[in-house]
Amino acid sequence: MHMKFFRNVLLKALLLFLVFNLVLVSLPPVSNPEQLSIYNSLVPGRPRFPFGENPQQAYNFSLYDVDAMFAAHRVSAPMREDDALRIFVFGDSSVWGTLQTSQGTLAGQLNQLNLSCNNRPLDFYNLGYPTISVTKDLMLMERSKVYQADMVLWLTTLEALPQEKQLASPLAANNPARIEKINAEYQLGLTVPDEYTNWWSKTLWGRRRAIADWIRLQLYGIPWAATGIDQVYPPYQPAAWDLEANQNYYDFKPPEIPDGALVYSAFEVGEKLWGGTPLLLVNEPIMVSSGENSDIRYNYFYPRWAYDQYRQSMVDLSIDQDIDYVDAWDWVAAKDFTNSAIHMNATAEAGFAERLSAEVLMQVCH
Amino acid sequence: MVITETLIMVLAAVLFRFLTSRFNNIRGWLLLGVSTMAIFWLQPAMPIRFLEFWLPVGTLALTVFAWLVTADTDQKSDRSNLWTAFFMVGLVLIVASARYAGLGEIITASRPPQISQVLFGLFMLALVGLALGRFARPGRFWLMGAMIVLLLIFLILKVPQFSLWGSIALRSLVGQSSAAASPFDIRWLGFSYVAFRLIHTWQDRKSGRMEAYSLMDTVNYVIFYPSITAGPIDRLPRFVKDAHKPIIMFSTEFGKAFYRLIVGIFKKFAIANTLTLLALNPLNAGQIQSTGWSWVLVYAYAFQIYFDFAGYTDIAIGIGMLMGVTLPENFKRPYLKSNLTQFWNNWHMTLTQWFRAYFYNPFTRRLRKNYRGLSVGWIVLITQFSTMGLIGLWHGVTPNYLFWGLWHGLGLFINNRFSDWMKPRTAVIQQRPVLQKMLDGFNTVLTFNFVALGWVFFALPSLDLSWRVFGQLFGLGG
Repeated sequence: MHMKFFRNVLLKALLLFLVFNLVLVSLPPVSNPEQLSIYNSLVPGRPRFPFGENPQQAYNFSLYDVDAMFAAHRVSAPMREDDALRIFVFGDSSVWGTLQTSQGTLAGQLNQLNLSCNNRPLDFYNLGYPTISVTKDLMLMERSKVYQADMVLWLTTLEALPQEKQLASPLAANNPARIEKINAEYQLGLTVPDEYTNWWSKTLWGRRRAIADWIRLQLYGIPWAATGIDQVYPPYQPAAWDLEANQNYYDFKPPEIPDGALVYSAFEVGEKLWGGTPLLLVNEPIMVSSGENSDIRYNYFYPRWAYDQYRQSMVDLSIDQDIDYVDAWDWVAAKDFTNSAIHMNATAEAGFAERLSAEVLMQVCH
Repeated sequence: MVITETLIMVLAAVLFRFLTSRFNNIRGWLLLGVSTMAIFWLQPAMPIRFLEFWLPVGTLALTVFAWLVTADTDQKSDRSNLWTAFFMVGLVLIVASARYAGLGEIITASRPPQISQVLFGLFMLALVGLALGRFARPGRFWLMGAMIVLLLIFLILKVPQFSLWGSIALRSLVGQSSAAASPFDIRWLGFSYVAFRLIHTWQDRKSGRMEAYSLMDTVNYVIFYPSITAGPIDRLPRFVKDAHKPIIMFSTEFGKAFYRLIVGIFKKFAIANTLTLLALNPLNAGQIQSTGWSWVLVYAYAFQIYFDFAGYTDIAIGIGMLMGVTLPENFKRPYLKSNLTQFWNNWHMTLTQWFRAYFYNPFTRRLRKNYRGLSVGWIVLITQFSTMGLIGLWHGVTPNYLFWGLWHGLGLFINNRFSDWMKPRTAVIQQRPVLQKMLDGFNTVLTFNFVALGWVFFALPSLDLSWRVFGQLFGLGG
């Protein structure tokens, strides 16, 4: 055995690697709704999307592969035999359930109410994701259409509407092709950067992050299934009670947020996207502080003038677009919020779910 | 060990192979140089100031002192050994001078101490070395003394309370607050394996089974960098034979080395690191909700520890081969063995062989000689329990490691007695190959499960938590 042998081994390995990559690059990109996954087969589907920054303790982590996220979710499990009505709940971290167990989230609490309609049980699916952007919500809605919703519950808040927030969600920013599809089809008016699709990004090397994420998602399915844990619950700082005497909302100053600064058109797109499927739009509860400067601001997020204007716009929009709308902004007492002005504790979630259930039943049963 | 470290070690070994294939006469010096640098480089950072510099110096000093205790008088006066000692001092001074060359956190985990402190430390060590060289003889007294020193260091490193006291003492010595002292402050790279190798040289010299070797051969054997962290535990005569064999750059050995490296890297970094995500650990042990998943996590741990350790061994053997030294095998498909004795003959083999040679066999002989009335059963019970108990305690002086050792001691005892009872019946079974195969399969599954259950105690920090998982495994709640 001499150097020539080792050189040949190395050259053959390189050649095989190159050929494999060329084949991979030449294959057309596929979005596969039936992606291979251990979830819903070897382990149960997750009750909420994978998300987290502490994977080894939470058995959960954030990834950008929307197909893999759906494949890991119980929404992609085979349909139940009891002909249950499938109700998809979209929204931000307050829907996903930051600091909540999956049973404690809005969808979890609604499921615990054992609601039914015309002898068909209602099954609520938590499709919230912990970043605030209506465009991100639309992207997830578009992808979830294949799972046949009987009704859609869309929780939102003013913070989800500013133009600059739309692609600030890493999930949206890393899926420009999906966003662009919605943008183009429904004239959402967003400026979406071209997807990073050079030759290199299509190779095995370029896809290494996505592949590693997919493998990790499958692996974490096992400790998650074994323990039921998908989030760590560290001690937290309560949401700010005393507020700055600041009237501004982003760069907007009173008395009015200019036209076009907020993506209200997203709600009309949502309505169109779901076609005939009933959609109930909900302005989610916020913490109304009575601390310092609470005469100027409701909470850390919102100056009063901006939020009041938003609420009025939502009412007008729901009438104009004929969208069913519930303004639940003050349904929860300030003491029942946790680390943010939109995150509620389990008791508040339960109360909120119970009150909202009446609206849901009215929608879905008629 | 991370993949970058592994690749750097492989590169160093290839460079070593290239140089020694051309200049074989400098091989010993080069090996000493590269291994010395490696023990400084691999030593993890610690919160006690300069300890990551002084512990590798301690390893070198211990090895030199150990050699002085076993060397013959004419060897001690041999100039070549003196040159080796000077070379080692030179290497330590080069590492220390990294502080001034701006390489302080590259060669060692943090900046080495000031040169005056290093010179003072080396002077003190040299005084001890001179005293040992003058007075020490390879007799029972000195060897026992040396053994006690090793045992004391071992206890400081492995008994949490002693580690804490050690940390407090060292912190006081370097002027650091002892309020922040912790039992985890002192982590001496490869100390256990260094101790195993030193004890082997002492015992074999004492019993006359081994000739005296030069200081360079001894140090190169003890600190051989591919195996310093976790073995395998070679034997000095075998190591020296390989270390003096000429190296041909591109030989069959080169190909075999790369094969072992690729297999090892895959086992350790692909399989074991992946299984870590699923394996039983102190966090998930308290969270498991069902019996079925408990078994999955325990099995994942069983395979994780195997692939991690066997992968590491493959890497060590591969790097060793690149450097012209064929280290002994440590794992031979242990989970496919049909009884616990065979498992231990194929799991961490060099450790088992070491304990057999230096504890189990001498202890058994002593019991037979001194307690003639003891039945075979009692002797097996006592020797298996004590050997496995010691192996357990070697991993750490905690109730869990002790229990893990005793668990295996019990298993080996039962296996031994059962094999004795089965002996007259095996002939009947052997005549029926299908039955034999079925029994082998059953025994393999049984052995694997026994070992896997033992890992519950090994993986977890407390007996309470271990019993909780045990309860879960058998559907008894938690």
